[in-house]
Amino acid sequence: MQPLLEQACWDTFYMVGWSTLIAVVGGLPLGILLVLTDRGGLLQNVVANKVIGQIVNVARSLPFIILMVALMSFTRWITGTTIGREAAIVPLAIGAIPFFARLVETAVREVDHGLVEAVQSMGGNTWTVVRKVLVPESLPSLISSATTTIVALIGYSAMAGTVGAGGLGDIAIRYGYQRFETGLMWITVAILAVVISVIQFAGDYAARGLHRRGGRSGPGPKLRLLKAKEPDAQPVPAAGATTTDVSKVA
Amino acid sequence: MITTTGLTKVYRSRGREVTALDGVDLHVREGEVYGVIGQSGAGKSSLIRCVNLLERPTSGTVTVAGQDLTALAGRGPRAGRELRQARSRIGMVFQHFNLLSSRTVRDNVELPLEILGVSGKERTRKALELLDLVGLADKAGSYPAQLSGGQKQRVGIARALAGDPKVLLSDEATSALDPETTRSILQLLRDLNRQLGLTVLLITHEMDVVKSICDSAALMEKGRIVESGTVSELLATPGSELAAALFPVSGEATGDDRTVVDVTFHGDAATQPVISQLSRTYNIDISILGAAMDTVGGKQVGRMRIELPGRYEDNVVPIGFLREQGLQIDIPGREQEPALLKEGAAK
Repeated sequence: MQPLLEQACWDTFYMVGWSTLIAVVGGLPLGILLVLTDRGGLLQNVVANKVIGQIVNVARSLPFIILMVALMSFTRWITGTTIGREAAIVPLAIGAIPFFARLVETAVREVDHGLVEAVQSMGGNTWTVVRKVLVPESLPSLISSATTTIVALIGYSAMAGTVGAGGLGDIAIRYGYQRFETGLMWITVAILAVVISVIQFAGDYAARGLHRRGGRSGPGPKLRLLKAKEPDAQPVPAAGATTTDVSKVA
Repeated sequence: MITTTGLTKVYRSRGREVTALDGVDLHVREGEVYGVIGQSGAGKSSLIRCVNLLERPTSGTVTVAGQDLTALAGRGPRAGRELRQARSRIGMVFQHFNLLSSRTVRDNVELPLEILGVSGKERTRKALELLDLVGLADKAGSYPAQLSGGQKQRVGIARALAGDPKVLLSDEATSALDPETTRSILQLLRDLNRQLGLTVLLITHEMDVVKSICDSAALMEKGRIVESGTVSELLATPGSELAAALFPVSGEATGDDRTVVDVTFHGDAATQPVISQLSRTYNIDISILGAAMDTVGGKQVGRMRIELPGRYEDNVVPIGFLREQGLQIDIPGREQEPALLKEGAAK
């Protein structure tokens, strides 16, 4: 039982990991391009913007299970098979790229136009603006977007599990649904809940850390809570700690 | 240093046209602080953005340091390499500072140098030197969010100076600051103007800014420059709106048999103690109703409204004395001299 679950966990991580990587690599430029080509953008191109926007919309609104089936021949062409965790990465990544791209678009649009103007006034070109302003300034939001994408991908990967991709979704379907092994199903649910919580927490923590460092409009309410918990000074110096230890021992 | 000729900017949106600039001719001399003042919507912002071509003018030319920037512009909305190089030689400071929140103060100042391709060590040296110049050497490692408004603007100024510009554009640099901080930032700009020989073009809606640091000023209304000139030229222009706004005087005559005289000080005459000379020479008592004086470039500049005992006809000689001193004299309520004489003759 345990090796079975362990293998399933690794399969899920493998699928989600690779597809997240591909989604970020593909979605980040796409999202930035959506902002740049928009009306009033630095690379204003209404036609390109409409085309990219439309592709992203369609790909995003397709139910994942349909997308998976529709992409079967493409998947076979790339990986040589439609079954297994490698094969699942293809539709997962393709589904996640537009998802992440839209989130990137929203995040990048939030960047103050004044900053873009400032870099232009220094003689920076569009690439400089992207590299020095748009990406670093929206980094906290981009990290939150990536977190959201990972969580969505875990959900998608479970769906992929139902058609032979392996992973936790596969376990839940095969043992929980088809064999009425409810216990095993609940275990997968618990594992998923823990994994998602950890990822969400880690993502929030990273985003908040970056935001606090740079926060333009000052810390938000959540941040204040966090700050209040943090002691101002460093914890008791090492020397003091040793003495207490010694006294305890004594 | 900066010359614009026939600068026009028309914004088109949804079939409607808005003319932001309507044939602006501006001439900023090398090493001076030039203020463009006007209400919001007068086109100041468009004007300053057209100077480094952040906004592409619809027509007209912009020449900065002898280089015709409009000719470099090229086609399309993107800036070519030559224009970008020209821009890097023009510093710009902004109302809302526009500092990158993800970078430390030092890294913000280094940004223009990164764009210019300066090596890491050299960037750091230059950034620290500039931060020292604006009095923020101890804040190099802080993030903008940890600074006050005035400190942020100092960082903005240091950043604008990183590329060793000859020209500094200031887009309402003090409008988001309190009066005390405004004064210190203006003082800094003035010092930089003197120390580095920097030509400063600033736009503002605050008269005080023009009064405290500008050598020359222009008044903008509805996309046009209505008045322009050096502060003392403006003062010398009868009926100048800008001069009246810069040096407002008020006060009514205290009685019928008294004469109110507006004395405008500009140029060399302003160094003479004329009022006490007048009093002693003609043995008359002078009361000061109101005055707006300032020391601009070591000279006294401004207006004073004084009251002399007796009617206008009784005071022709003292007024003549003031005119002889090279002062500009206006008699409020009596627009033209000939009309006055006729009135006097009728009596």
